[in-house]
Amino acid sequence: MKLYEYEARQIFEEYKIPVPKWGLASNAEEALKIAKEISFPVVVKAQVLVGGRGKAGGIKFANNEDELIKVTNSILNLTIKGEKVSKVIISKYLDIKQELFLSLIMDRTARKPLILASREGGIDIEQIAKEDPKKVLRIHVNPLIGLQDFIIRKIEDFFSLKNIKSIVYALYEIFTKYDCELAEINPLGITNNNEIYAIDAKIIIDDSALYRQNKFGERIDRELNEFEMIARETGFSYVEHDGDIGIISNGAGLTMTTMDMVQYYGGRPANFLDIGGGADAEIVYKALLIQLKHPRAKSIFINILGGITRCDEVAKGIIKALNEIKTNKKIVVRMKGTNEEIGKKMLNEVGIYTYDEMEEAAKEVVRT
Amino acid sequence: MAILIDNNTKVLVQGITGKQGSFHTKLMLEYGTKILAGVTPGKAGQYVHGVPVFNSVFDALEKFPEINTSIVFVPASFATDAIFEAIEANIKLIVVITERIPMHDAAKFVNYARIKGTIIIGPNCPGVISPPYSKVGIMPAHVFKEGRIGIISRSGTLTYEIAYKISKANLGISTAVGIGGDAIIGTDFIEIYEMFLKDKDTDAIVLIGEIGGDLEERFATYYSSLKNKKPVVAFIAGKSAPEGKRMGHAGAIISMGMGSAKEKIEAFNKVGIKVADKPDEIPKLLYEELKR
Repeated sequence: MKLYEYEARQIFEEYKIPVPKWGLASNAEEALKIAKEISFPVVVKAQVLVGGRGKAGGIKFANNEDELIKVTNSILNLTIKGEKVSKVIISKYLDIKQELFLSLIMDRTARKPLILASREGGIDIEQIAKEDPKKVLRIHVNPLIGLQDFIIRKIEDFFSLKNIKSIVYALYEIFTKYDCELAEINPLGITNNNEIYAIDAKIIIDDSALYRQNKFGERIDRELNEFEMIARETGFSYVEHDGDIGIISNGAGLTMTTMDMVQYYGGRPANFLDIGGGADAEIVYKALLIQLKHPRAKSIFINILGGITRCDEVAKGIIKALNEIKTNKKIVVRMKGTNEEIGKKMLNEVGIYTYDEMEEAAKEVVRT
Repeated sequence: MAILIDNNTKVLVQGITGKQGSFHTKLMLEYGTKILAGVTPGKAGQYVHGVPVFNSVFDALEKFPEINTSIVFVPASFATDAIFEAIEANIKLIVVITERIPMHDAAKFVNYARIKGTIIIGPNCPGVISPPYSKVGIMPAHVFKEGRIGIISRSGTLTYEIAYKISKANLGISTAVGIGGDAIIGTDFIEIYEMFLKDKDTDAIVLIGEIGGDLEERFATYYSSLKNKKPVVAFIAGKSAPEGKRMGHAGAIISMGMGSAKEKIEAFNKVGIKVADKPDEIPKLLYEELKR
């Protein structure tokens, strides 16, 4: 889960990483109050979770009260990549002579935290790494040992800086305490007086660790749409897509492949709905209700490979949902595995034909 | 004689008294897996489907020192402790079924296991099956016919789907290994493939990948550097997955434009690994490779 910049900034402050003086505002009046406290010039920054806010006009400078009211109102009117701006950070503008980059990510390949540092901050690090790998310092931290001074010395040498130690330690501390997938300062600014400030703050928390990061638990629900909300409450994995064929399957890999097969035969999935392992009739019923109510799903493809999941339970769930909601949607079922004969018979009796192979079924569901 | 597990595999079930643990203990016993003991702290003295329960891994090993494998069903918030306990007790193969273990925890026990020479399969995996000898996992056994094809997979049900298709085409399976759907996992494609290379009962390997990370790309690089190799047929799930969305598995996400199915397929094609467009093409590709 990605945090807003202001949330990440609060964490930075908690761990004594220097940030410019700032405040959070949801209207021009509040913005003005903050600006008077921290004094002009200031930067106004849209608080959104999507990337690319700078290019979308979500970051602007203000030298006086008139400018501040104007830019605050304009940014608060923005919708950036579908996300409405409702809050802005008002931050003291600092004269920065050099911008650096400092990041900690969990490196899947090495299975260890990885420190990334670059003397060129403020821009896309992936791009820099591609163009000239020497410009990016990469150091792994063994999670059993933690951050040690020998690693700090390498970073100091690379940056030719002596006062970076406390910031790197603080960032590593945040990274581990908050179960981060990523904790990043970009840019890390150096002022004319050689003071160091985190100009931006980015934190992504590992979703699997949210159960022990209670502080942010409430946040997740706010971002979900109606169908994602029901799916989450029922315990499904659910992802919205843009097509018109609703997908129900069991297991993440098989559900993805079910979508892929629909696409292979020229269709477009409306969503990804994984009912998981060992689902009973009630679970299947709830999954089908989501698809029956989904406005974009014109047809529904149910692909079940029964192992622990029993086909008769699946059939029972399908029939229950269809008895409750009369539908014109085309429903294609592939069912294979435990108790498939019973399940097939139950569905045949209510006029639903079932397929043995998902490829055939996928072909059928996209056929108009 | 298959890889990882066989006739000599003696199993401990951690979290045996839970719903999942108890249910799959029964299925594994029915398959013929030798389960000697189970662990649930505070439940010593109980029996689950005839298997004695102990309070700790150490207690279980004192009674059954021949245990060489553990399967972990312990819920995510307690799983890390259970895995460290098994590593400390010197169990050399640990299969972690548990889903949603925080990645910082996984990074710790995976690195510790490497130092101690312990093999960790998973987390978030269906386990390992070597038909007809042993099953240390949760897969439906009937779709895994005995044979000479090895499977390495990041997925669960998709593995069953493909095993079903391989078995139906009169090719069977030597060992199928689900390496797990998380971002941080104990053992990767390369390490399992190396075991299959040494296994005289495996002729070809099916590699089932998915979006996210670079396991497939790294396998491709490794494969091209090999002098002696066994044929590989691959399938990649997630061609239609939108970017930036986690597709069920914690590790199945295209982030910052990296880890797409297209990149993985290209990496395989470049080194001569055939990638099936659909799961039902896999048996045909296997027959082609085996004929060469």
